[in-house]
Amino acid sequence: MMEIGLNHYLVLSTILFAIGLVGVMRRKNLLLLFFATEILLNSVNIAFAAISHYYGDLTGQMFAFFVIAIAASEVAVGLGLLIVWYKRHGNIDLSTMSSMRG
Amino acid sequence: MFEAVAFYLFAFLTIAMFYITVTTSQALYALTALAAGMIFISAFFFILGADFLGAVQIIVYTGAVMALYAFGMMFFDTTRAVKEKKGNKFIIVGLSTLAAVMVVAIFSAPIVSENMVALYPVIEGAGNTQNVGLVLFTKYLVPFEVAAVMLLVAMVAGIVLAGKKMDLSLTLMNGEEIDKMNEEINKKVLS
Repeated sequence: MMEIGLNHYLVLSTILFAIGLVGVMRRKNLLLLFFATEILLNSVNIAFAAISHYYGDLTGQMFAFFVIAIAASEVAVGLGLLIVWYKRHGNIDLSTMSSMRG
Repeated sequence: MFEAVAFYLFAFLTIAMFYITVTTSQALYALTALAAGMIFISAFFFILGADFLGAVQIIVYTGAVMALYAFGMMFFDTTRAVKEKKGNKFIIVGLSTLAAVMVVAIFSAPIVSENMVALYPVIEGAGNTQNVGLVLFTKYLVPFEVAAVMLLVAMVAGIVLAGKKMDLSLTLMNGEEIDKMNEEINKKVLS
């Protein structure tokens, strides 16, 4: 209990990942959906860093860096698209984004 | 002892913050709780000895990503409460738990089968930042450069998308609207 091992970190990563997935499934506002995806990426980063520490290997940290870089560019492009959508339609709800219905 | 105390404290704080992020109906509360959760996550990186990763987490996530979200929220109407999807709660929680357990299975499968070899072991005596630099600029140099190009592309895309007149689309307008827009442009040029 007092000795923190790899399993502790993996369980924490699971809990955070589950919270993020609940957010992805119940949110309708696209901005808050982005917040939930950030939670998913962060929970996986914790698992990478923990494995990197307990196995003395730096590859996990490298992957965590690239995940952070991808998250940053995803936010830049995603927010740009969201602003364009909001200017054109006035809301960012997922249920209204169905312009291709037959 | 101190490691255990720090782990449980920050685990509780992070879970609480992210729970607020996914459940609150106010977008500003969600943003603030997410920023706090990001800072608490960097504490795990410091506990794990990944100092550089922890600093990057604070700078990039809390400094850049959260600031970008805060500026982006100025465009949206964030004062009203957010409407939620009406779905079956048991299905949502069940599917989330299942997917999360599968993530842990992915991470723990090589560990259980003892198939994990340290390809780039930590060099004793060098700090974490030096170790990261050694691996990043030898083995991961090409992905590093590709990530730099990707960030540049994302920056250009963000500037262009958030710029003026990007909400107008010539393919979605009819002829009269396009003529009216061209007249306005000509007026501005002539005056």
